[in-house]
Amino acid sequence: MSLLEVKDLRTSFFTDSGEVKAVDGISFSLEKGKVLGIVGESGSGKSVTAYSIMQILSYPGRIVSGSIKLDGEELVGADKKTLRSMRGSKISIIFQDPMTSLNPVFTIGNQLIEAIMLHTPRNRKEATERAIEMITLVGINDPAKRLKQYPHELSGGMRQRIMIAMALACEPDILIADEPTTALDVTIQAQILELMKKLQEEMGMAIIMVTHDLGVIVSMCDEVVVMYAGKACEKGSVDEIFYDPKHEYTKGLLRSIPYGSKALGRLIPISGSPVDMLNMPQGCAFSPRCDKAMKICLKEKCEIVQLTPTHSAACWVNVKEAVDRKEILPDREISEEEYASLKNGGEHIERS
Amino acid sequence: MSEAKEKEVLVEVINLKQHFEIPVGFLKSKKLKAVDGISFKINKGETLGLVGESGCGKTTAGRTLLHLYEPTDGQIFFNGKEVVTKEELEEFRQNASMVFQDPYSSLNPRMTVGDIIGEPLDVHNLYTTRQQREARIHELMELVGLSSEHATRYAHEFSGGQRQRVGIARALAVSPQLIVCDEPVSALDVSIQAQIINMFEDLQEKLGLTYLFIAHDLLVVRHISDKIAVMYLGKIVEMADSEEIFKKPLHPYTESLMSAVPSPDPETARNSKRIVLTGDVPSPLDIPSGCPFRTRCPKAFDRCSIDVPYLREVEPNHFASCHLLDK
Ligand SMILES: Nc1ncnc2c1ncn2[C@@H]1O[C@H](COP(=O)(O)OP(=O)(O)OP(=O)(O)O)[C@@H](O)[C@H]1O
Ligand SMILES: Nc1ncnc2c1ncn2[C@@H]1O[C@H](COP(=O)(O)OP(=O)(O)OP(=O)(O)O)[C@@H](O)[C@H]1O
Ligand SMILES: [Mg+2]
Ligand SMILES: [Mg+2]
Repeated sequence: MSLLEVKDLRTSFFTDSGEVKAVDGISFSLEKGKVLGIVGESGSGKSVTAYSIMQILSYPGRIVSGSIKLDGEELVGADKKTLRSMRGSKISIIFQDPMTSLNPVFTIGNQLIEAIMLHTPRNRKEATERAIEMITLVGINDPAKRLKQYPHELSGGMRQRIMIAMALACEPDILIADEPTTALDVTIQAQILELMKKLQEEMGMAIIMVTHDLGVIVSMCDEVVVMYAGKACEKGSVDEIFYDPKHEYTKGLLRSIPYGSKALGRLIPISGSPVDMLNMPQGCAFSPRCDKAMKICLKEKCEIVQLTPTHSAACWVNVKEAVDRKEILPDREISEEEYASLKNGGEHIERS
Repeated sequence: MSEAKEKEVLVEVINLKQHFEIPVGFLKSKKLKAVDGISFKINKGETLGLVGESGCGKTTAGRTLLHLYEPTDGQIFFNGKEVVTKEELEEFRQNASMVFQDPYSSLNPRMTVGDIIGEPLDVHNLYTTRQQREARIHELMELVGLSSEHATRYAHEFSGGQRQRVGIARALAVSPQLIVCDEPVSALDVSIQAQIINMFEDLQEKLGLTYLFIAHDLLVVRHISDKIAVMYLGKIVEMADSEEIFKKPLHPYTESLMSAVPSPDPETARNSKRIVLTGDVPSPLDIPSGCPFRTRCPKAFDRCSIDVPYLREVEPNHFASCHLLDK
């Protein structure tokens, strides 16, 4: 049994302009001590997936269907008491902006000690000791003094580390980190990633790392879920995703990162704009931006195809029958060569 | 590239300073040295990348260069002539513009996209008839890949990438020679970022533009820049050709900055070693004595807390300021 098992999770926001299917049928599992990365376009549903697991969705959002099992126990539809004991003590979350989650009117110590007392069986004295220990652990000097300071008296990097200290102080089994370093400078980011990795190894904690930074994914994760328009378009190990991507969005994403100098030539962007979640295409959500789109891609969504025991993707390019049927769009002429390569399992070749 | 022909310098900055007075308590103030004596040249048609941590003074340097902030000190030469008099300044301003970081908040929500792009034309009286103005707006929109039919729409109807295109069209309105691009792609998705970077490169080629390109994403800066300057607490600590600085960083700060970038390639990531700095960036109100980087420098020694190191040409066209490089 996995530590966390998410099955066909669907979460929607019921807005005045219609239903936004922010998470539209996502499944993944997380083993003890592993790091799972969630990467994808802005608005693809990464944060909503994280909030759904914690069940801290804001109005008008709610889980429509699916299952989230922690240690075999169902969290969807669970009572308040179960959820309260889960949050903080079994699963903790670090938000992107530390200012929104630290209360400006209380001292760091106050917030940290209260959280520890709430989630672990410690009295005030023990909780204070634990708080000092954690602040030291996240690399902040003078911990006793820090406890008396207010959030605004600390730098952004320090506040983020305090958040991490708070999330970790309760010794969760799973840490969900939603863009934990996006707002930070690379040198501070390196400090924090190093720290999270060390704690994960020492405490045997599992991490869900939400980020749009592919470098962060590579340096931290064992497995990766790539999201596009509310769906997991591809899932696999870091090497599978980065060296053998099987979804056209993943391929496009990897091609668009600058790797080296100007001399290496122009970047290869993904054309078009991100999807309008209120106006989703009928077929594959990525098809309007996809160079390789076939007729079927515009008509029908592709099911998830399991390619190896760890690698899966929902892209028609991997479905031999679709490629064989010459489902090529008439208005997107492709060469014989390219067509042949599509038939050979969708090997990617560069379009000039 | 033929080295025989000297490249033409478009803009040269010497000892540029921007000190802000920050009130501390009653009737007292402190000097915040946001930019503290930087010097650089940018050749015509080339890009200088400006990198460094948050608060090191990149935006202030860009704004001070364009005189959006009155410089505290320093000289600016444009096309070989120093910009001093009011007329010279006005002429310089018509030849230099800025693209801002945040495509979401930098555009006025109550103005149509056409009027946003046309505003610099109004300010500098760059047309005589309404038709001329309109034609120019449409031309600019096409230039950045926007449909001119959208001129009557409002910015909030556009996606982030499209809004950044509007910002760029607006910067191009005065037909500038120099554009200061302040984190123009930081707020965009990777897939859209590549579209905009390509556009910057195409426009540079087509219009012969010169860029000062500010960004904190080193992969982006490496891709777009001919030269790179690294700032730390208001000073340039290293400057060289883009590839040179990545292959052979001389300053310990540059070295740690480069090594801190997580590589998006699993093999490279497995084989690279990060230099993790300790401590936080000091407050610019309280800059350490001697070398400003010494409080975080893994290689600091006695002299670093006493003497201020100066930027000097350590190797041909490779400048750095570090006592370790004094042999
Ligand atoms: N309160 C809300 N009301 C309506 N729609 C919402 C709300 N919160 C999120 N959404 C929608 O849900 C979708 C997924 O949002 P989410 O925040 O999960 O994206 P994300 O992948 O985390 O993006 P980013 O990288 O920008 O953080 C988006 O299309 C968003 O517009
Ligand atoms: N108008 C101003 N008045 C006073 N201080 C300012 C002003 N503008 C900037 N500063 C200060 O000057 C320093 C440099 O700021 P600047 O915005 O130039 O940094 P930056 O390198 O662009 O940072 P970032 O990467 O966060 O954009 C900071 O300490 C900032 O607080
Ligand atoms: Mg998010
Ligand atoms: Mg800035």
